Amino acid sequence: MAGDDTLMIAERWVDEGRRLALATVVQTWGSAPRPTGSHLVIDEKGNFEGSVSGGCVEGAVVAEAVEVIETGKPQMLEFGVADETAWEVGLSCGGQIRVFVEPLAK
Amino acid sequence: MTPDILAELNRRRAAREAVAVVSDLESGAQSLVGQGEDHTHSEALAARFRSGQSGMLDQTTFARLHMPSARLVIIGAVHISQALYPMAQSCGLDVTIIDPRSAFATPERFAGVECLAEWPTEVLAERPLDRWTALAALTHDPKIDDDALVAALEAQCFYVGALGSRKTNAKRAARLKERGVSEASLERICAPIGLDIGAAGPAEIAVAVLAQIIEAQRT
Repeated sequence: MAGDDTLMIAERWVDEGRRLALATVVQTWGSAPRPTGSHLVIDEKGNFEGSVSGGCVEGAVVAEAVEVIETGKPQMLEFGVADETAWEVGLSCGGQIRVFVEPLAK
Repeated sequence: MTPDILAELNRRRAAREAVAVVSDLESGAQSLVGQGEDHTHSEALAARFRSGQSGMLDQTTFARLHMPSARLVIIGAVHISQALYPMAQSCGLDVTIIDPRSAFATPERFAGVECLAEWPTEVLAERPLDRWTALAALTHDPKIDDDALVAALEAQCFYVGALGSRKTNAKRAARLKERGVSEASLERICAPIGLDIGAAGPAEIAVAVLAQIIEAQRT
């Protein structure tokens, strides 16, 4: 196991006292860029490590994650070209993904 | 996820355990479940562990599988090993090379890879083989190869290969049998090592060996 993988970084950030959210790809359809189970860890300032889409929707996930850190409530996000928002944050590959964003807190 | 679950998850991953984080996506409730441990979704989870793929267990339950990364232990810091280790690393294998002959196992010959000038039994006592590990025995020397092969068969390594001609292999089979290795276990040893692609020279033999490891991993 690589020492710099996303979950190891998340543990380090927890130890540093940062407030975090963890995003996980829970379902994919079509040619999604990152496989189910891919993680992104985000802190309250919007710093992040990992990848859930290879760059296409990270911005939107980070924005939502900052919210999740504030409220403490998990959120389910869905992205795909079929979305209304496709032209803003969509997957150019034509795939669809569901991303679960949860607080990383007690 | 709580910090406690995260820390425990990372600990179990570092210990090379197969473990799943099972999440209720509505409530956010979570638990860690090791392979073979009881759970309300035991059956669906067991299938997930077999495939190693994360995914939904029902409408609202998600399992994130964490399978140990595949390792390759090469016995013998020989010419074939020099060609094999960088290719294996490119394919995502964590490589360790073991050879008690310190003239062979030098950092100059094996840059960027863990290369230990120790006896296999010493290393493997500290860091046991497991079913997510492939072992390739490449020294030709029974004193070095045999113990490692026995250990690999006992640990159910997903791939066990041994270098040597048919004649060498017949002698090796006889020796291992004498040590109590079963006929079925002996048949698990890929020998002569590597896919039969007519490989000539160390680099091509390394390709044949790596291809055989990938075949064992993926099929």
